[in-house]
Amino acid sequence: MGAGEFGNRERAVKRVAAEPETEGETTLSSEATTENKTLLGADELIINMGPQHPSTHGVLRVKLKLDGERVIGSECIIGYLHRGVEKIGENRTYQQFAPYVDRMDYVAAVSNGLGYCEAIEKLLVVEAPPRARVIRTILTELQRIASHLLWLGTHALDIGALTPLFYCMREREEILKIFEKYCGARLTTHAFRIGGLQYEAYDTLEKDVERFCKDFESRVAEYETLLTQNRIWIGRTKGVGILTAEDAIAFGVTGPVLRASGVKWDLRKAAPYAAYDQYKFEIPVGTTGDTYDRYLVRMEEMRQSRLICLQAIENIPAGPILAKVGKVLKPPPGEVYHAIEAPKGELGYYVVSDGTVQPYRVRIRPPSFINLQAFDRMVRGHLVADVVAIIGTIDIVLGEVDR
Amino acid sequence: MQAVIQATMEFLKLYWAPLLCGLVIVAVLPLVVGYIVLVERKLMADMQARLGPMRVGPHGLLQPIADAVKLLIKEDIIPDNADKLVFWLAPVLSVGAALLSIAGLAIGPAFQIAKDINIGILFVVGVSAMGIFGIVLGGWASNSHYSLMGSLRSSAQLVSYETAAGMALVSGLLLTGTLNIKAIVEAQSKEGIWFVMLAPVAFFIYLVASIAETNRAPFDLPEAESELVAGYMTEFSGFRWSLYFLAEYTNMIVVSSVATTLFLGGWLRPFADVHLFNFLDYVPPLLMIGVAGYCLSRTPKQPSGVQQIFMLAVASLCFVVALVLVAPVVLPIAKPFYAGIHGGFWFIFKVSAYIYFFMWLRFTIPRYRFDQLMRLGWQFLIPLSIVNVLVVGVALIVSSYFNLHGWAMLLVTTPAAIIALVVALMILAAGQESQAGKENAAASDFYAG
Repeated sequence: MGAGEFGNRERAVKRVAAEPETEGETTLSSEATTENKTLLGADELIINMGPQHPSTHGVLRVKLKLDGERVIGSECIIGYLHRGVEKIGENRTYQQFAPYVDRMDYVAAVSNGLGYCEAIEKLLVVEAPPRARVIRTILTELQRIASHLLWLGTHALDIGALTPLFYCMREREEILKIFEKYCGARLTTHAFRIGGLQYEAYDTLEKDVERFCKDFESRVAEYETLLTQNRIWIGRTKGVGILTAEDAIAFGVTGPVLRASGVKWDLRKAAPYAAYDQYKFEIPVGTTGDTYDRYLVRMEEMRQSRLICLQAIENIPAGPILAKVGKVLKPPPGEVYHAIEAPKGELGYYVVSDGTVQPYRVRIRPPSFINLQAFDRMVRGHLVADVVAIIGTIDIVLGEVDR
Repeated sequence: MQAVIQATMEFLKLYWAPLLCGLVIVAVLPLVVGYIVLVERKLMADMQARLGPMRVGPHGLLQPIADAVKLLIKEDIIPDNADKLVFWLAPVLSVGAALLSIAGLAIGPAFQIAKDINIGILFVVGVSAMGIFGIVLGGWASNSHYSLMGSLRSSAQLVSYETAAGMALVSGLLLTGTLNIKAIVEAQSKEGIWFVMLAPVAFFIYLVASIAETNRAPFDLPEAESELVAGYMTEFSGFRWSLYFLAEYTNMIVVSSVATTLFLGGWLRPFADVHLFNFLDYVPPLLMIGVAGYCLSRTPKQPSGVQQIFMLAVASLCFVVALVLVAPVVLPIAKPFYAGIHGGFWFIFKVSAYIYFFMWLRFTIPRYRFDQLMRLGWQFLIPLSIVNVLVVGVALIVSSYFNLHGWAMLLVTTPAAIIALVVALMILAAGQESQAGKENAAASDFYAG
């Protein structure tokens, strides 16, 4: 897979249309056994998971080659949610494009917006005022918690635990309410503006965040009582989908998936942005890089995000919320790459300016898309039941994979 | 022609009561199952901090009926490549086996369709296991990968766990020496102690195995939603699908009833022969009055007049049931009906508690993986159940040697249970040791089970 994926896919579609019997591409090769009418007689089974499947988290399509229930090959087919976000960027002004990025990782819109705004600020060589940066940090960390909560709920649901989903949704709702109070939107927030914030923080923002943080500690403990020590949960996640540190780096995997493999790499520490350099927090890392480690890493990250929020609301500096940027943005010709630590990994924006009001090129490095490349490595040799656990543990959002 | 009519009349004369009961079961059971589903959804909602069905009828009380109507009028889809005859037959087989096995059960001393068959328990277990044909055939006939895998999983699972469950039943049956359901309950009444006390390990094994047999979480792999979409039911829709659903829930009732009969004292009240506990006779009517009171208190809060009337009707129905329950206790005339009415209540109460436990598990814990499930069945439950049969047998010989009865039998059966538990721990430890090295290599051939 990769950038050439779409080209291959097109050809594949044509081939299938002409000759429906020959499915399968590079990874699955031509030894497809689908034409075998008696399923019981087939040695290998090609099973098509998705794009409509309860646990492929949207419209991911996975072709699995099975021997019994054991996975001997897999191929992810993506693009069902492709909207051409990058191309749209070239035809909108810098401000107009900002709401579009919210629609990529639609469960972490605030983080997407932060990355884009900061990238353009870098291009304009302006800096957001301190007050704006602190509020950005608070909202982004809340968004990280919300994103991880959604991951936890759906991941647990995939493995068969029904109840955590609703507990997670309960807490996520609190966060979304804070967003709603702040900017009027719950999911695709478009919370920030290039150069700072559009809205002043509402009066009880600190109080709301503090109340949420206070409750949240016991709530995380509640999820852990349901899962962390549960024998079945451990059995289903330990040793499943192991990704070694070397493999993780080779695949370019980032975010909690990388950290669970034991690599201590977090852009909030490595290349601080917003106001992260002012706060104390730990970066949790795993040891073996299996699904259980990724689970633990994300649980700990939620706690750390909570701590960051608590530190940030203690001291929100006064002052303006928007730097002096003009009504019409015309960055000087040049290019910039700015990456932030989104909930799912390194979210990078590479923006090229030709001095006009529209970007010449916007290239987005979506963490989900790149993390998904490690899927085949993680899934081989496991059982069908583990496939859904592994899809869940990568924490993909198809809006971001396909853009 | 005359002869045929005469023979039919003769047949009806002899068997009108069981036939009527059979009709009632076929007519009422879907409704009961519908309400079990409603209760399950309500309980799940309660545990998950939400409300559950609230729209159709007050507190969603008419939801099962709405669901049934929806399923009945849905388009009937048979996939193109499906084996049409088998596809048609499979759900019927499943639900037929499940309903048939109900016939052998005794819901209270007064209500049993197939009265006093001497192989009672064996009949129930055997017939309900036949439902697996419906699942395998349905999965095969759908001509879909997901369905096939679901049905293969289901059959492998049922075969594995049926063994353990059967062995657990044998341990229980050793205590009575009979398969007749009435005789089993009477034996518990005579001993004055439920067999769950005498054979706790057998009860535990049966509990686990019965969850697996009915494909309930955490062993619901055949229909594991997140993996196999809906397992063997994937291609089924509308009424066919609801037949499978009916079969699944009926099977739950069946296994709960078997466990109740054999281990939980059937229709006996707790401490049935101790006069000190006679006040327990007032628990059923008080319970119903409590429910009636709750409905009454909710009545003014209903949004529309129709719903208020409905709620009142439910309350008065509960009140009538309470009156029926209290009559045999206080009125001398109604005394003869005591066993039938209260027996029925306690039986249903225990079955409900057992089913509640099933549901509770489903909401709480994640799902096993297939190799783990097979390992649990073959490497833990089956050895343990075999050991348990042995241990219980020895305990019985010892207690008959010392001529122990009733509660005194605990003197020997408790050490026996402890021995069985120690063996269980040893099996677990051995299993973990042997598994440590070959974590992922073991599972390749688990359909062979």
